[in-house]
Amino acid sequence: MSENSTTIIEVKNLVRNFKKIEAVRNISFTVNKGESFAFLGPNGAGKTTTIRMLTTLLEPTSGFVSLNGFDVHKNPSDTRRSFGIVFQDPSLDTELTAYENMYIHAVLYGLEKNVYKKRIEELMTMVELWSRKDDLVKNFSGGMKRRLEIARGLLHHPKVLFLDEPTLGLDPQTRNLMWNYIKDLREKEGLTVFFTTHYMEEADKNADRIAIIDHGVIVAQGKSEELKTQTNTKTLEEAFLALTGTDIRESSGSVGVQMMKMWHGRK
Amino acid sequence: MILYILWLRQIKRYLRSKSRMIGSLGQPILFLVALGFGFGPIFEKAGGGNYIQFLAPGIIAMTILFTAIFAGIEVIWDKQFGFLKETLVAPVSRTKIMIGRTLGGATVATIQGVIVFIFTLFIGFRPTSILMSFFALVVMFLIALLFTALGTAIASRLEDMQGFQLIMNFLVMPIFFLSGALFPVDSLPSSFEIIIRIDPLSYGVDALRGVLSNAAHFGLGLDLIVLLSVVVVITIIGAWQFSKIEI
Repeated sequence: MSENSTTIIEVKNLVRNFKKIEAVRNISFTVNKGESFAFLGPNGAGKTTTIRMLTTLLEPTSGFVSLNGFDVHKNPSDTRRSFGIVFQDPSLDTELTAYENMYIHAVLYGLEKNVYKKRIEELMTMVELWSRKDDLVKNFSGGMKRRLEIARGLLHHPKVLFLDEPTLGLDPQTRNLMWNYIKDLREKEGLTVFFTTHYMEEADKNADRIAIIDHGVIVAQGKSEELKTQTNTKTLEEAFLALTGTDIRESSGSVGVQMMKMWHGRK
Repeated sequence: MILYILWLRQIKRYLRSKSRMIGSLGQPILFLVALGFGFGPIFEKAGGGNYIQFLAPGIIAMTILFTAIFAGIEVIWDKQFGFLKETLVAPVSRTKIMIGRTLGGATVATIQGVIVFIFTLFIGFRPTSILMSFFALVVMFLIALLFTALGTAIASRLEDMQGFQLIMNFLVMPIFFLSGALFPVDSLPSSFEIIIRIDPLSYGVDALRGVLSNAAHFGLGLDLIVLLSVVVVITIIGAWQFSKIEI
């Protein structure tokens, strides 16, 4: 599979249909080790569906995905050990303390006690939550929860960190802080980052390469500069609009997913 | 270790939600006092003996039924409020996650059952032997396992809490009222007795009556065999449903 040893995520002819909706239509791309890769697209374009397939939460209708050398479909366990994820919606247990959330994660990922004790302290210090470690998460602000989720996602030293709209609803201070942590980690650990966002300047600033998906198809990929040149535009936002059109999408991301789930659940 | 951590999570959540803990004790205590003292004289006149003695195991079973179903249904909350995703992307089998949660939920339900059991002692319930009272813990845990697993199986299929009322009225309430928790099964019309024999809780109630009041109708052996088999079957169904969750 590893035709290229610098590739960490390989997606080939990936398809996912929900009943009659083709959410992802035959997409292919690769992400290199240590790269920061932005996956952009309007609401309902297929971003989250793709991330769900890359992270073993959803089975593809057809196609192939490998992550860190593992076939995601055939070897979910090793795949799961290789990535960390910050979901679009919070996924903390708010009835537990910040430390307990970290602790459960450590045990779920099979870390040794002497290892996780040290790492939890390091990571929680990094995201400036160590002093609040024994507070219940329900008393945290949105930004604090996000920071905790990032710390948690990094606890098992993943090779790839997925961030699905990680800065949604965060103030500029927190956003800035968050991207600084991530930059540090990439430099120190060679972490690969795969993220989605609706803030184009964020993608412009933090991504080495960008792929734009629309109606389940990748319409363009490359460096930010390349996309601008290709569309003859000055900013990434203009390039994005040139590629995906200015029509408002009928469904917002999460509503779209909800509807798909409903149809899916009903059979 | 993984089972332990998921079990521990349920226990911690339970211990921290004092209001829920106390709230869910209100109903059984009301039932015990109102029905126990209200129907007591008639029950005795009809030759049934002491009604509290008869009713207490039924109400203990009811407490466990409700708490356990709730613990299972909590999967929906975890789906909606996200924590489930955290467990589903972890390198752990879904079956382990389901079993860990179920053991946790069942433990919580058993603790609630024990609290109600202690309360019954104050209003005049007298178990026949102390040794058998410890055996009652095993029965309580079996009932708790059964209904936590059932709750989990149902919750795995649901997207939100909208179906909850439906489950309460068409599943949980019938399971309770048709279990013989409130009335003796001896002299019922045979068609009605068939319904009661289909209800798995009937065997739980009967087993509790067997160990606590030495008054099993079906016989403790049959009760335990039925309970154990249903626990195994429902847990397998629950684990299977849980493994099919997509988020």
